[in-house]
Amino acid sequence: MLELDQDQYEALVAHARAEYPNEACALLAGRDGVAERVYPLPNAEASPTFYVVEPKAQLRAMTEMDDLGLDLVGIFHSHVATEAYPSRTDVELAAYPDAAYLILSLADQEAPVLRAFRIRDGQVDEEPVQVAGRQPTPSRRP
Amino acid sequence: MAVEVRIPTILRKHTGGSKAVTAEGDTVRDLLGDLDRRYPGIAGQLFNADGSLHRFVNVYVNDEDVRFLGALDAKLDDGDVVAILPAVAGGGGSVGLKPGPPVDRG
Repeated sequence: MLELDQDQYEALVAHARAEYPNEACALLAGRDGVAERVYPLPNAEASPTFYVVEPKAQLRAMTEMDDLGLDLVGIFHSHVATEAYPSRTDVELAAYPDAAYLILSLADQEAPVLRAFRIRDGQVDEEPVQVAGRQPTPSRRP
Repeated sequence: MAVEVRIPTILRKHTGGSKAVTAEGDTVRDLLGDLDRRYPGIAGQLFNADGSLHRFVNVYVNDEDVRFLGALDAKLDDGDVVAILPAVAGGGGSVGLKPGPPVDRG
């Protein structure tokens, strides 16, 4: 289970929309599966099909998390044309088994879909993501 | 010269759980080679078969990405701090993409 509040959710959606048609990426820091900070970061690839968090921005964000005593609880990116499910590329490049991988699909721009997954050793397991004030996914949202 | 190397979580199984270790080298290449002698297996996670730095591994010297410092030829001085981080990467489409091997599959 990953929990984020409404402001954090909206920040992620806004970042994804701002980067559209390219994929957007962000890191979430927190404790025990509860996000406390969102770091919207540049996609060094500036691509609609691929993302690499800009390396220096990644280091800065991760160093700040360490300094604050927070863990990397989530890794976020958007899919601009495909469903909110890890692609083969996502699985092959997943290097952070302790973080939830959040994917926001903008395939339907009016109705973004956010889902979360644990990716370990090539294995994908969906886990619930709870935005405060909403029903958790994967159960249906209002 | 002795340089502190910060080890990411995913590579700590090679360092007995240590977050930071000391290794020696005048360049990043030498340093990472020494690191692999001290903690066998770690280089397999960092390099391509041709010896170049893996595309999805970031190495920093004093917070600067080594790709801007001459990559593996980047020079080191006493007291430098080297950090290794797996890149955060992926993407929804694989059309025209040839992703490299995974950063770490244990």
